[in-house]
Amino acid sequence: MANFFGLRRPGARGDAGVATPKSRRFVELFFTLIAVAICPVSMWMVDPEAVVKGDTTWLLAAGVLGIGALLIHIVLYVRARFADPFILPIVVALNGIGLAMIYRIDLTTSANAGAAQIMWTGVAMVASAVTLFFLKDHKILRRITYTSLAVALVLLMLPLVPGLGVEINGARIWISILGRTFQPGEIAKIALAVFFAGYLSTHRDLILLAGKKVGPVRLPRFRDLAPMFVAWLISIGVLVLQKDLGSAILFFGLFLSMLYLATGRIVWVLLGLVFVAVGGVLAYNFISHVHYRIYAWVHAFDPEIYNQPFGGSGQVVQGLFGLASGGLFGRGWGNGRPDLVAFSNSDMIITALGEELGLLGLGAILMLFLLLVTRGMRAALGTPDAFGKLLAAGLSLVMVIQLLVVIGGVTRLIPLTGLTTPFMSAGGSSLLANWVIVALLLSISHSARAPHVVETYDDVPESISRQGEADGATSVISRISETSHQGSTKVGDARE
Amino acid sequence: MNRSIRRAWLAASCVFVLLLGSLSYIQFFDAKRLGEHAWNSRGMYESYGSQRGSIVVGGTEIASSVASNDGYDFQRTYSDPETYASLTGYFSSIYGATGLESAMNEELSGTSDRQFYDRLSQMFSGNSAQGATVELTVDTQLQQIAYNALQGHKGAIAVMNPRTGEVLALVSSPSYDPNELSSHNNESVLAAYERLNADPARPLMNRAIGGDTYAPGSTFKIIDAVAALESGKYTKDSVIPNPQNLPLPGTTASLPNYVNGQCATRADATIEWALAQSCNTPFAQIAMDLGQEKIAKTAQNFGYGDSSLSIPLSVSESVFPSNMTDSQLAQAAIGQYDVKTTPLQVAMMSSAIANDGVQMKPNLIRSVKSHSLSTLYEFSAEKWRTSTSADTAQQVKEWMVNNVDNGIASGAAVDGVKVAGKTGTAEIGTTGLNNAWFTGFAPADNPQVAVAVVYEGVDTAEGASLAAPAAKQIFEAVLNR
Repeated sequence: MANFFGLRRPGARGDAGVATPKSRRFVELFFTLIAVAICPVSMWMVDPEAVVKGDTTWLLAAGVLGIGALLIHIVLYVRARFADPFILPIVVALNGIGLAMIYRIDLTTSANAGAAQIMWTGVAMVASAVTLFFLKDHKILRRITYTSLAVALVLLMLPLVPGLGVEINGARIWISILGRTFQPGEIAKIALAVFFAGYLSTHRDLILLAGKKVGPVRLPRFRDLAPMFVAWLISIGVLVLQKDLGSAILFFGLFLSMLYLATGRIVWVLLGLVFVAVGGVLAYNFISHVHYRIYAWVHAFDPEIYNQPFGGSGQVVQGLFGLASGGLFGRGWGNGRPDLVAFSNSDMIITALGEELGLLGLGAILMLFLLLVTRGMRAALGTPDAFGKLLAAGLSLVMVIQLLVVIGGVTRLIPLTGLTTPFMSAGGSSLLANWVIVALLLSISHSARAPHVVETYDDVPESISRQGEADGATSVISRISETSHQGSTKVGDARE
Repeated sequence: MNRSIRRAWLAASCVFVLLLGSLSYIQFFDAKRLGEHAWNSRGMYESYGSQRGSIVVGGTEIASSVASNDGYDFQRTYSDPETYASLTGYFSSIYGATGLESAMNEELSGTSDRQFYDRLSQMFSGNSAQGATVELTVDTQLQQIAYNALQGHKGAIAVMNPRTGEVLALVSSPSYDPNELSSHNNESVLAAYERLNADPARPLMNRAIGGDTYAPGSTFKIIDAVAALESGKYTKDSVIPNPQNLPLPGTTASLPNYVNGQCATRADATIEWALAQSCNTPFAQIAMDLGQEKIAKTAQNFGYGDSSLSIPLSVSESVFPSNMTDSQLAQAAIGQYDVKTTPLQVAMMSSAIANDGVQMKPNLIRSVKSHSLSTLYEFSAEKWRTSTSADTAQQVKEWMVNNVDNGIASGAAVDGVKVAGKTGTAEIGTTGLNNAWFTGFAPADNPQVAVAVVYEGVDTAEGASLAAPAAKQIFEAVLNR
């Protein structure tokens, strides 16, 4: 079976007794075809009569998803043959379910986001394919660590430029180009992840080793805290200048998780949470929209707060009603009332999905996300370079933070703040950014599984090579990763 | 670094567990409370925006659900609304449903047990739930005649087939437009309801089967006559004293005879003559002679004291008081004092006489057909109770024919046909105004239609010019077919 695709690479150590890993592109193709079908089938279920009467949206959606997925599949075959085979089908499925729900909401509300979302899906998938095609090795991105920071800052500040930035629903996070609105913060998310990964992979040893030790805890030096201050300031800046609590949480969460990934020190996360607490108290007291959000969260069922036209709890309460109406099994495609929930095709799309697909449907979607995050983390485990590990794990955790903010918000676990659900919410910038993240994850997963990785580690002990003969190449790589992990943390461990 | 990646993955998994837990709480454990929350408009939109079945009269939809895009999927719409309001009622998201919209709600909304398989097939075909079509026994022509006859007056008319119990017309006046109350525009509904509810003529009340109920007046003498014959103490040849004023025992007052007929011309009378001229004193004496238990029992045999009747609109109970003094019984015998009835009950009384003493159960529903056109209900005549013997019924029928031929009920006479009838004039306190009644059936030898007509608050002359002629129009419409 190892030779199923005839993929024995000339450089691979087949001759030395290590089996060449399977590319598993056929597995990807198979699952991707199934994933593509989910969207048109869902659209049929929304309104069978519309399909009979000649509504061809389902055909268009299936076509864009199918051709886009095929394009990425082919680019992967050429450029990243050993990329993870499950990432693409999972994302296609999520994107398709999102398209179906946006189409469904178009039918019963004044919203008209379906066509744009299909177009953006196509654009985003092409962007993903282009990224994969030209980014032969993700390590190239490490060279632009500080450029990324600059790009992120510029992108974040764009909405504040008079004439370019527009304020929608109280948040100034959009820019308007040629009549189309775009959220540069979504792209900034990637640039920040690249910067953090580059910076931390270079400085992690310094951060770990320098500084005074107080009891069992080694305190960082103040100069090493500087980037944390920068991240904190960026978040506060977003919060104050753009009035966007969701993005602020997202950026700071991203930084904290990557700091933890790099150092493995929970004390950094705790320190970061102190920053959050200080920032939170300040924001609650001095930033009115934060104050409203938190107050509406606590007193959501207070009639006065519920009926408050701005900053009230009407949206979250209506979302709760939608979720509750779905119950365990959901009302079925097209049978719910997402028209009663504001922003049901963007920030609140989870409530629409929960109403029509039920707890079981939402649970399945969450499982898809968990699987996607797991595949991303697996790529992080497998790739040998620290930068790749940080980037893959960081980008995966961004999705977790985003889901926590969105689903936690709509279920009243935490205050509701505006963030998109990755791959599902209506919005071109979000789709584009997330599909580029997919390209990066695929690229890193390729470097994690590709046989040439083995070549770069010529000091692999013989015993591991022999072990690999029996278990297949994947285990070889994971063993190698373990080895590199042990090697890289040896210094730190010695100091602890 | 892989250790922290693994731990981060573990933390991520915990986040997913947390989110699933949070969703489970909202979507499962707290779902019922949230679903029933007063701010949750889903239930209201669902029930008041669903595609309900139509209510059909003579092949025409008088209530139907029309596709709508104002947040509700469908809008309930009534055609010829005022004519049929007493049947359909309204279907308001604010004030709920009344009339058949309420009584037949399960069938119209498709939620009745018998529509289970329809719902199942709709679930699989993806169609939204559709209710059953309810066809009424009502006759469009008779309903229209009855509605027109009451125009400009307060009153009610009930028409039924005495042989089967089919309700052919049921009108209450003044009427209202149920469309105004079934609109999805809350402000206009509130305004319309406030206006209708404040109207002293009380258009929202269904006088034909409920509302404040009426004193039956002299129509009650039919029950006295039946009681007299059943007792064996009286026959058609019995002669009863006919004083112009009957001193009421135990009081200083006396009961006067009816002044508009020929009562004053005779000092004594047969039941036939007393009934034809609607003389009060002979019947008051009969009642006091037979005792209140006998009169009460006879009234009960005709439907008094029955609170269970549903056609399927629920019909108010007609009341014959108990524990009366003789003076109160004397007044009750002529349908005054605290005797209360509905026009439908009066029509049922005439129907029992028409149908050889057997009272059929009145019913408005001809058929109920599910969305898949299977029949969920089909009308069949149902005996409700035996009111009296065929012989007694026959004798009373002859007297009622005489009322029309030779008595004061002549306003209902139709050329060439034997019509049975009885008028009534129930005084309203001391206003000098009356509630004018007519009840009867035609043709007497082959009854096809029984009616009860009441006009509120008219003087004696106006009452005579309205009640019996209204019945005549209905008789003619049926007999000219």
